[in-house]
Amino acid sequence: MIRFEKFQLKNGLRVIVHEDSSTPMAVLNVLYDVGAKDENPDKTGFAHLFEHLMFGGSVNIADFETPLQIAGGENNAFTTNDFTNYYVQLPAENIETAFWLESDRMLSLAFSEKSLEVQRKVVCEEFKEHYINKPYGDVWFKLRELAYKQHPYRWMTIGKELSHIENAKLSDAKNFFFRHYCPANAVLVLAGNIKTAQIKELAEKWFGSIPGGEKYIRKLPPEPVQMEARKLEVKAEVPLDALYKAYHMASRNEDGYYFAELITEVLGGGSSSRLHQSLVKEKKLFSHIECHQTGSVDAGLLVIEGRLIKGVDMMEADKAVDEEIEKIRANKIDEKELTKVKNKTEAAILFEDMSLMNRAASLAIYELLGDANLMNTELAKYQSVTTEQILEESRKIFDDKNSNTLYYYSNN
Amino acid sequence: MLNRTIAPHITNAVDFHPALPPYKKFVLKNGVEVYALDLGELDTLMVNLVFSAGNLYEEKNLVAATANYLLKNGTSKKTAFQINEHFEYYGSYLNRSCQNESAEISLHCLGKYVNELLPVIAEMITDSVFPQEELGIYIKNMQQRLQVSLMKSDFVAGRLIDAYLFGEKHPYGKFASMIDYASLEQDEIKIFYQQFYQQGHCVIFIAGKLPADIIDELEKNFGSLPLHPWNEKIKNIEHPIIPAAAKKYNVVNDVNGVQGSVRIARNFPNRHHPDFQKAGMLNNIFGGYFGSRLMANIREDKGYTYGIHSYLMNHIQESAWMISTEAGKDVCAATIEEVYKEMKLLRGELIDEEELQTARNFMIGTILGDLDGPFQVVGRWKNIILNDLDEKYFYNGVHIIKAISAEELQELAQKYLQPEDFYELVVV
Repeated sequence: MIRFEKFQLKNGLRVIVHEDSSTPMAVLNVLYDVGAKDENPDKTGFAHLFEHLMFGGSVNIADFETPLQIAGGENNAFTTNDFTNYYVQLPAENIETAFWLESDRMLSLAFSEKSLEVQRKVVCEEFKEHYINKPYGDVWFKLRELAYKQHPYRWMTIGKELSHIENAKLSDAKNFFFRHYCPANAVLVLAGNIKTAQIKELAEKWFGSIPGGEKYIRKLPPEPVQMEARKLEVKAEVPLDALYKAYHMASRNEDGYYFAELITEVLGGGSSSRLHQSLVKEKKLFSHIECHQTGSVDAGLLVIEGRLIKGVDMMEADKAVDEEIEKIRANKIDEKELTKVKNKTEAAILFEDMSLMNRAASLAIYELLGDANLMNTELAKYQSVTTEQILEESRKIFDDKNSNTLYYYSNN
Repeated sequence: MLNRTIAPHITNAVDFHPALPPYKKFVLKNGVEVYALDLGELDTLMVNLVFSAGNLYEEKNLVAATANYLLKNGTSKKTAFQINEHFEYYGSYLNRSCQNESAEISLHCLGKYVNELLPVIAEMITDSVFPQEELGIYIKNMQQRLQVSLMKSDFVAGRLIDAYLFGEKHPYGKFASMIDYASLEQDEIKIFYQQFYQQGHCVIFIAGKLPADIIDELEKNFGSLPLHPWNEKIKNIEHPIIPAAAKKYNVVNDVNGVQGSVRIARNFPNRHHPDFQKAGMLNNIFGGYFGSRLMANIREDKGYTYGIHSYLMNHIQESAWMISTEAGKDVCAATIEEVYKEMKLLRGELIDEEELQTARNFMIGTILGDLDGPFQVVGRWKNIILNDLDEKYFYNGVHIIKAISAEELQELAQKYLQPEDFYELVVV
């Protein structure tokens, strides 16, 4: 049970306070309700590039990093297709430094030409390091484009191509900032060795005077229901063939999300999972196979991905995966198997909550999903799932018409 | 009206006093030591068995790593599947890892299930059988994994620079080939297992919200096994360090590569040397954090890379000072030049008080932040104990951060940051 208090400033900023006196530290976490899905299709990668610009100085404070380091703090940020999250961790005595810095960059940025120029290069190097200079680095670009035809999940957070980043302009940054970075579109979480009364005062002092801005109402094109199986074949300079299968699944707020998450555990969670045991250990078709889901807010993807043993035929490997899928569509899983995946989920949640930073980020994300207290009801939702629901959801997800298969062939 | 240009009051690092929560030590009947940290509110627990069974003890490449990896793959009573299913049924994670000196089994679980899990760990270290079938699958899968890794310039660079620093025969410098995997034999794995696990040298670390009966349970499961205390001397195994003669290397791994993996490194004494922790402070200013000189210059000013870092390697026998980055192919040379420029600045000019104070505060803050929870705290202790140090090392480190002078740091730079002492490698 994670305890917290919640209040709202007059400008609309939602504030959540989680007290924990067992640590000398405090975390300030700001989550903005903007991600790569809010980008223009011709200017992808912008939400993430913009995250970099947030460190290039704000309207009253030229340098974000140094004062924070002087206060003994560290920080970072991440961007996904759904959100952009910023966090600062520092000794609790210096928490006001975090308020000072974070509120100023919510107020406005310096928008320096130099910062944009450098960060364009830095992000291009990040793009190369993770997606070009790496075997199988382009898989997710292809998989997303195969599975999504309308919804902006069809591009990666890093962007569709290098040129989109190279062409980003300062005017784009300004428009983006004023559209998305305001109290109405943010959740502020304070956690650690702090007191709610003190936080109320500090939040009012530093964030209270920032204009609330307009709540951004997104109108994303819904992804049309997929009507036929899709297949793509690729050849690349990699040593081994690989197989990817992606299926549309429920969105974060639907019950089906919990069913799908447990299905991924049954199929691919750990060395006793079905796919590993059957396809790596018994049939020896894959050197590695896993199953996971994208954890997206809007309808996401459930993905099976594996590397084939050299010499194994792609069709044979694909067929063997389909046989496992047929099993989970044909019969209910054992009660024991269900207990196993529930126990795993319980432990995973507890281990994740051990870290103060994780707790702060989770509270923010759940608040954006509707209510921070979802963090405390999550486990019960997993625990109430039945074998019938797993069966029914498996039949829905693993409908052949809902499948996107990528054959990724080795060139040599 | 709020003046946003004025920073709020800051409490300085010298006023913070990071403390390492103490462990309790127990000794099992067979002499195996248990270091226990009872910390935390959640019902989470870590049990970490550390054996003197790292690759330093093997006579043939990969035997230590393979024995460690396959501990989970079958006993005379349980198949690999049954073992995995057992741990996963209770929602626990059983990991194993093999380093140079030590090899480990670590269990992360909910406290309420630990008594179901310890007996199976005991079974793994007394009764593993290393089935031929499992070994065969392992060899093939690891070979495939290696093939993929060998396409990555950062992986190749990491192997090569270690070999230059320590020599290809030394445990810190040697690396695996496809043939090494192919030549692994079941018998040699078994012999290694008998010597270094069944009758091995072991130390146990536990942390989390400890169940009341945990020590009794450890005694019951491990206290009667023919294990030895980890610090009892095994036999004289000496591995001379033979660094490479040539200092500069350019390797083409992928003709289509768009980035180069740059590694610049020199040999450096281990943690017992009086300069080690002081150099840690200098390293921090040089390339140890986001505000460091390398990061400020090469990423934040020039945009040559997504990140550049320097660090002292965490080895027991001897360390190395390493600078590591992935930079655009056409700016690798410029990156290297800037690294040497930054060394020169540190040798030639005193670090100003403001920069030094920033680094002090940042490092103390980082130590406070790192001690977040029982697993992190026990991790610090483990590093201290396995390096044959004590808590003085921790507190001395804190003292150095707070007190070291700009003059001392300059002397260290003059002593250690000399370009001619560094190996230089670019892998594209």
